Amino acid sequence: MKQKLVVIGNGMAGIKTVEELLERNPDLYDITVFGDEPHGNYNRIMLSPVLSGEKSMADIMINEQSWYAEHGITLHAGSPVTSIDRPHRTVTAEDGTSAAYDRLLIATGSSPFIIPVPGHDLPGVVAFRNIADVDAMAAAAAEYSRAVVIGGGLLGLEAAAGLLRRGMTVTVIHLMDCLMERQLDPVASALLKRSLEERSLTFEMPAETKAILGSDRVRAVALGDGAEIAADLVVMAVGIRPNIGLAEDAGLHCGRGIVVNDTMQSYDPRIYAVGECVQHRGQTYGLVAPLFDQAKVCANHLAEIGYARYGGSLTSTKLKVTGIDVFSAGDFSGGEGAEEIIFQDAAQGIYRKVVINDNQVQGALAYGDTSDGAWYFQLMRDGTDVSALREKLMFGHGGGGEAGLGGETGAAALPGDAEICGCNGVCKDTITAAITAKNLFTLDDVRAHTKASSSCGSCTGLVEQLLASTVGSGYAETPSVRPLCKCTQFSHDDVRRTIIEQNLKTIPDVMRFMEWETGDGCAKCRPAINYYLLCAWPGDYVDDAQSRFINERAHANIQKDGTYSVVPRMWGGMTNPKELRAIADVAERFDIPAVKMTGGQRIDLLGVKKEDLPAVWRDLNAAGMVSGHAYGKALRTVKTCVGSEWCRFGVQDSTAMGIDLEKMACASWTPHKFKMAVSGCPRNCAEATIKDFGVVAVESGWELHVGGNGGIRVRTTDLLAKVTTEAEVKEYAGAFLQLYREEAHYLERTAPWIERVGLGHVKQRINEDAAGRRALFDRFLLSQEFAQTDPWAQGADDTPEWTGIRPLAAAE
Amino acid sequence: MEWQRICDLEDIPRLGARTICLAAGPIALFRTRDDRVFALLDKCPHKAGPLSQGIVHGTRVTCPLHDMVIELETGLAIAPDDGQATTFEARVISGNVEIRGAALEAAQ
Repeated sequence: MKQKLVVIGNGMAGIKTVEELLERNPDLYDITVFGDEPHGNYNRIMLSPVLSGEKSMADIMINEQSWYAEHGITLHAGSPVTSIDRPHRTVTAEDGTSAAYDRLLIATGSSPFIIPVPGHDLPGVVAFRNIADVDAMAAAAAEYSRAVVIGGGLLGLEAAAGLLRRGMTVTVIHLMDCLMERQLDPVASALLKRSLEERSLTFEMPAETKAILGSDRVRAVALGDGAEIAADLVVMAVGIRPNIGLAEDAGLHCGRGIVVNDTMQSYDPRIYAVGECVQHRGQTYGLVAPLFDQAKVCANHLAEIGYARYGGSLTSTKLKVTGIDVFSAGDFSGGEGAEEIIFQDAAQGIYRKVVINDNQVQGALAYGDTSDGAWYFQLMRDGTDVSALREKLMFGHGGGGEAGLGGETGAAALPGDAEICGCNGVCKDTITAAITAKNLFTLDDVRAHTKASSSCGSCTGLVEQLLASTVGSGYAETPSVRPLCKCTQFSHDDVRRTIIEQNLKTIPDVMRFMEWETGDGCAKCRPAINYYLLCAWPGDYVDDAQSRFINERAHANIQKDGTYSVVPRMWGGMTNPKELRAIADVAERFDIPAVKMTGGQRIDLLGVKKEDLPAVWRDLNAAGMVSGHAYGKALRTVKTCVGSEWCRFGVQDSTAMGIDLEKMACASWTPHKFKMAVSGCPRNCAEATIKDFGVVAVESGWELHVGGNGGIRVRTTDLLAKVTTEAEVKEYAGAFLQLYREEAHYLERTAPWIERVGLGHVKQRINEDAAGRRALFDRFLLSQEFAQTDPWAQGADDTPEWTGIRPLAAAE
Repeated sequence: MEWQRICDLEDIPRLGARTICLAAGPIALFRTRDDRVFALLDKCPHKAGPLSQGIVHGTRVTCPLHDMVIELETGLAIAPDDGQATTFEARVISGNVEIRGAALEAAQ
């Protein structure tokens, strides 16, 4: 017989947990859900746009009642639970319905705090929490004209703005002298107040509510100083309190919320709790992003997978008032050791403040232009060392150089038909419509449903902004520690560490030990694990061809029509008549339709038929050429200028240096492609400052630059070091490559890797630790002993990988 | 419909695929970890990518061109993508891989 799961609470946290559970194990439980409200499950954070009339109730339903039936879930809507009988493991609702449980999930959410002033229970006094409240406010707005909102926090201001749009005159009473004082500093608060006043909101602040006056309906609000403000509707929005009454009555340990551990379990191991009603490590949360994290963890345990942990959430806030952009995250109050960087343009109504402590972002505020809020938040969550970014912080992530976005970095200002994703041709309207219609909360959701940001990723920032501005504070930011893929909860770093610690030597071993949720993984995790094993056990690990992308099996680049392109290696970009003749012969012999120069100083033969690949390589091999690895997550090319051999400005032999580097590093597998360049003087004709590792000759030696990128988002390199000898160039290059090989996540280029770990870390490992640098270099050379084989040299037709992909001869 | 022998099971690598060109077009034969074999027209419903060159996982393959994931049994794209690749019946009889389907016969 199936176990019984009872869920108390039909809100976002409870039902998200059920959805996650069904995804993991749909057949484990008979599920019964009790909800206070007589509806299916709706998106509570979208109540503000419903109040303002910008959205309808139908727009914000997540699961209609039919969804419960489809999944065999018994729903008791409009049936508040009144007691939990733990000894007998049953719950009983107000209407007498009762249900037995094997496991119980409490997701009772929170209630608005009602200030117990005289008159608080008069008709016309409402909170702002559920559909009934919104209906009451909308009805009042239709009949009456004057509203008072008590509370100048996020919720109060959204209520005030909504009522204003419904044509009421609105006064906001706030106890403090700053609006949203928990999210804003006095400067941003004053800017916000001014722009709300321009929309004809009136403020009484600081002001204390003494009483609500009226006989059969509210008539006015009396303030502490004796003033009276006429009101036909009073909205109390002074805060929320976790609903813990039921849990307390059942004898569960509660603080401000129901106390849970990192697996979302209460003090009764059969009883779990998630959402606004819980207290985890002393914290309670009133936003949706943490609740989604909690739901995932809780579902993992309910599904008896049993290893996920919730470590708490960082949260950010965005005000959902159309036309006013406010972003706030973290602690911006300062404190010991904190530094503030502030930008203010009063005329344009723009204000930004980033608080830095110990070279990390501790808090951030943005008013007017919040386009960089997501960036600040990411820096904060990742604990990025921002010492190198200080000058840029105020001017944002969109420092220019992004390809395909028409120079746009602010999504809010774009018209609806603006193309956001240049790869897949997705417009802003399409994205916002999908977010609303399909209740998308995460970047991955948007990628799956619209394809936006799913190819090159350069528009990710814009898509995140659209998510943030469409769902507001409900936007579930991409978690800082992302699972490697959907097959696991573990991150890239977890997998790398575990492979070494547990001495795991094969992909099935890794998946078994780390309890992969799918049998043999997916197209994301298998290549990653294959690389991590290869990097961890050079010479020992047997490469798994079936876990490599086709390009790395065929040693050529698959093209849109299923043909391949072949790029022979030309050391340092140098070639000669014999090689050129061989290439020309091959192109003619195999009817290769296109021959093109690449950006990395090589020749690309395009349109090679798959079955011709071994013969093409055999002929190129015969002329002394080897694979150029233009297809791999590997060392690609070393681009050079002619340097001191020919150039009248050249100060070093950059060509020879480039050839040396390429001979040393070629055929090395790396987390993502890796490009190098060597320029013979600071004129930098080889464009070394947009490469992963760039060398620029100067009269006294060589400058070494790292982390550049000329693609999606142009990033110029950071200067790593200046050295004098060729041997040092090679040692630093090899050590840097190895550090990148050992630390970066699969498919992470050096630019984002360095931004993640900080240049300081790289300098410390390479420059400041000479012994460590040599050890890295030695490990690199060791791995090269096994990697440096030309994949085609051993007689291409006979390689096992080719045998496995060669077309079958047609049967007679 | 007649079953048509194509190759030995051992000709197809586990978690891999082989192709054969028949009158009906290029056919991809996939072999799962547990030695089940599936036959599909080697064209992704999205942009006709060669599915046989993709990474096979479970009973699915990820197209090498744009990462669309196709269920081998039905040819259906995994939601939220949509589309369906042409499938053929496939079986393994004492180590022989055989296929059949209306499209195969029509093309002959």
